[in-house]
Amino acid sequence: MGALVSLVAVAVLALLAVTAVASDNLRLVFGAVIPGVAFAVFLVGVVARVTRWARAPVPFRIPTTAGQQKSLPWIKNSELDNPSGTLGVVGRMFLEVLFFRSLFRNTKVELITDKEKVNYIGTKYLWAAAMAFHWSMLIVVFRHFRFFVEPVPRVVEIIQSLDGFFQVGVPVIYATSVLLIVSLGYLLLRRLADAKVKYISLPTDYFALYLLLGIAISGFLMRHLEKVDIVNVKAAIAGWASFQLVAPEGVGALYFIHVFLVSVLFVYFPFSKLLHAPGVFLSPTRNLANNNRAKRHVNPWNPPIVGHTYAEWEEEFHDKLVASGFVLDKE
Amino acid sequence: MSEKSPQELIQIDLNPPRKKWMDPSVDFESRRGTWSYPGGVKSIEYMGFANPREWSPTDEDWKLPENWQQIIHDGFKERLGKYRSLRVFMETCVRCGACADKCHFFIGSGDPKNMPVLRSELLRSIYRNDFTLAGKILGAFAGGRKLTLDVLKEWFYYFFQCTECRRCSVYCPYGIDTAEVTMMARELMMLVGVNINWICEPVANCHRTGNHLGIQPHTFKDNIEFLCEELEDDLGITVNPVINKKGAEVLFIIPSADYFADPGTYTFIGYLMLFQQIGLDYTMSAYASEGGNFGLFTSHDTIKKLNYKIYHEAKRLGVKWIIGGECGHMWRVMHQYMDTMNGPTDFLEVPRSPITGTVFENARSTKMVHICEFTADLIRNKKIKLDPSRNDKYRVTFHDSCNPSRALGLFEEPRYILKNVCNNFFEMPENTIREHTFCCAGGAGLGNDENMEMRLRGGLPRGNALKHVRDAHDVNLMSCICAIDRATLPPLAEYWAPGVEISGVHELVANALVMDGETERTKNLRGESLKAETEETTDV
Repeated sequence: MGALVSLVAVAVLALLAVTAVASDNLRLVFGAVIPGVAFAVFLVGVVARVTRWARAPVPFRIPTTAGQQKSLPWIKNSELDNPSGTLGVVGRMFLEVLFFRSLFRNTKVELITDKEKVNYIGTKYLWAAAMAFHWSMLIVVFRHFRFFVEPVPRVVEIIQSLDGFFQVGVPVIYATSVLLIVSLGYLLLRRLADAKVKYISLPTDYFALYLLLGIAISGFLMRHLEKVDIVNVKAAIAGWASFQLVAPEGVGALYFIHVFLVSVLFVYFPFSKLLHAPGVFLSPTRNLANNNRAKRHVNPWNPPIVGHTYAEWEEEFHDKLVASGFVLDKE
Repeated sequence: MSEKSPQELIQIDLNPPRKKWMDPSVDFESRRGTWSYPGGVKSIEYMGFANPREWSPTDEDWKLPENWQQIIHDGFKERLGKYRSLRVFMETCVRCGACADKCHFFIGSGDPKNMPVLRSELLRSIYRNDFTLAGKILGAFAGGRKLTLDVLKEWFYYFFQCTECRRCSVYCPYGIDTAEVTMMARELMMLVGVNINWICEPVANCHRTGNHLGIQPHTFKDNIEFLCEELEDDLGITVNPVINKKGAEVLFIIPSADYFADPGTYTFIGYLMLFQQIGLDYTMSAYASEGGNFGLFTSHDTIKKLNYKIYHEAKRLGVKWIIGGECGHMWRVMHQYMDTMNGPTDFLEVPRSPITGTVFENARSTKMVHICEFTADLIRNKKIKLDPSRNDKYRVTFHDSCNPSRALGLFEEPRYILKNVCNNFFEMPENTIREHTFCCAGGAGLGNDENMEMRLRGGLPRGNALKHVRDAHDVNLMSCICAIDRATLPPLAEYWAPGVEISGVHELVANALVMDGETERTKNLRGESLKAETEETTDV
């Protein structure tokens, strides 16, 4: 149900963008005004959110330890899974952010009831799909810099030529374009086909996937089917940069769909679970060293709570203490 | 014990039902055996907690304060401002499902709301509704729900069906820690008087007498003396327990269960025999007579309140540093909370073993050393003589307790000790040990009898791994470093892997420990013959 509602929502958004082709005013709105505003919302929204997280105090140092602690010098500790200092934390975060180390540990439980056996089988599909999606996405976004920057930076050109290494199709089909669509497709199918994941999915989980798929597919088709006039697009984009709104000429519906869905994504991002991207950096179970006993962690709002003091305790149990031969502080 | 047989109980369907999770409903009456009784009036009044009253989860009316929704909303808001963890965990989950089948309660029950992601969604749905723009505008489409009485009832059921073991957190790509979420939810429920007695009563006991069991100082002393006399009678070994001694070098903090009931008492005697043999200048305390801290299952303020006595007593007695016994959640508190809450400890010295001279750099600030770190260091430096053959009747495996595993990473120290004190050691399957370890399903205040069916269900993963090594290697003893384990694992083992006994690590240390001037040992700490009886009859 949620999956369907989200699909309809994204389809309606795409259709809305198509209307832009009809009139000059709408072309200006969809081609220039909305993307500009959306990008501003994205920037301000993400900065505001991350600032709010960063400003919330971390009262306790609560890393989840997934390896041997550093204790006695002759016991080898596991610095990346249980960091004892900043360097280890940087390493742990590096592996977490770039290679999804925790997800790499994933297992699948298998219950063989007639044999009374519970098995845990390593499974890497989710990890592989997540890696494929995020890395492709990063490279695709990076490739887009050739539309924004003139002259095109050398590094963008290098990435682009590596990405088109297989030299399939004219224009060349980039490996990441395919990977992006395939991995999104897998993540969507998994959400629909795996009973447990389907059960936990919210409509917004599908919405994000459909939105990204819409963006990826419209972009792919634009490059390979519609063959958009890049010069005009670049001119329009150059207009945003100098705050002069120019409606792009010589582009069709796909372009508007693509740009509008990207705009929706920009606006949606700071208010949604897509915030997991900056969130992972601030997770206190991952970004702190497990050196609690070696180095005191300070809680900025440590409340002035006093427990049951020894003197109160001694007074309460005075007679019993005396009868049992305890030496008292207060005779 | 559950009325169902293990064969019946394991018929679990891990596929979720058709009914959507957002519609809350828990039928407490038909689910007896899977929830805990509410906090008693006396304990709640004594602690000054909110809303003391007689009530039962099966009641229609939970006798909440009139403005209970507002109280929880305000409490939620306050905590969002105080804990970055809560804020980040409320906002970053993508529902990827990696955690779904990592929870022992989910594996053992198939109840979808025991998937860690949904357990957190119970709270997150309210967060979205109350504190996010999308939730306010889009409602259920964006995953928002209003906090109704049925939602609160569901909170009670499922947040007291989480043992805060942190296993799911190991697998989460964002490190979302359900233990933290559960702790927050329990704090919020405490504000309106929704809690369980197996937490509230130990907390009240601990505050008053110094320990969860409510053992008063004269009984504390009697118990310990009795255990020592028994040791003398059984094995002819004399130990002199030291209590409330000013100026001792080390304060020794133990979980109260260790000096209260079998099999913890064997571990307790094990500690004392070790200290006796090495001549450690130590003292226990009848006031700080509890290392455990059920505040961890109540609220952060309560953790601090109950933990106060440790440093307070160390200062009063004038000790130099502290050793802590084998206990799981106690060590989460000592390691991750104590110094922050009740430090700094400028009146103590950096721990240095008087026997080996080793300085425990990892405890430089907190000044508290885990007994397994201490003993491993003794063994490494050959300061104690061990005869592992005295444990030959045991074929031993090791259960990594949740908190020492996922809040400290104490994996090698106990293994090093075990491999030195016994000859037959076998690991359980690798996805069930170390950071992947499975909970005893009785931690975080859930180890009570009325919750037995849920404990046995949650105990399935551990029990099944245990059965595996029992069948493959004839394992007959599971050692662990947690007092709650020593209380909750025996019924679990009896149910899922009959024939396996439970022990602490230092019980086995003491069995193997060669003491000065000892007579030949024929019995172990349990008063049993050192040789397996079956062996004698089958030997040709």
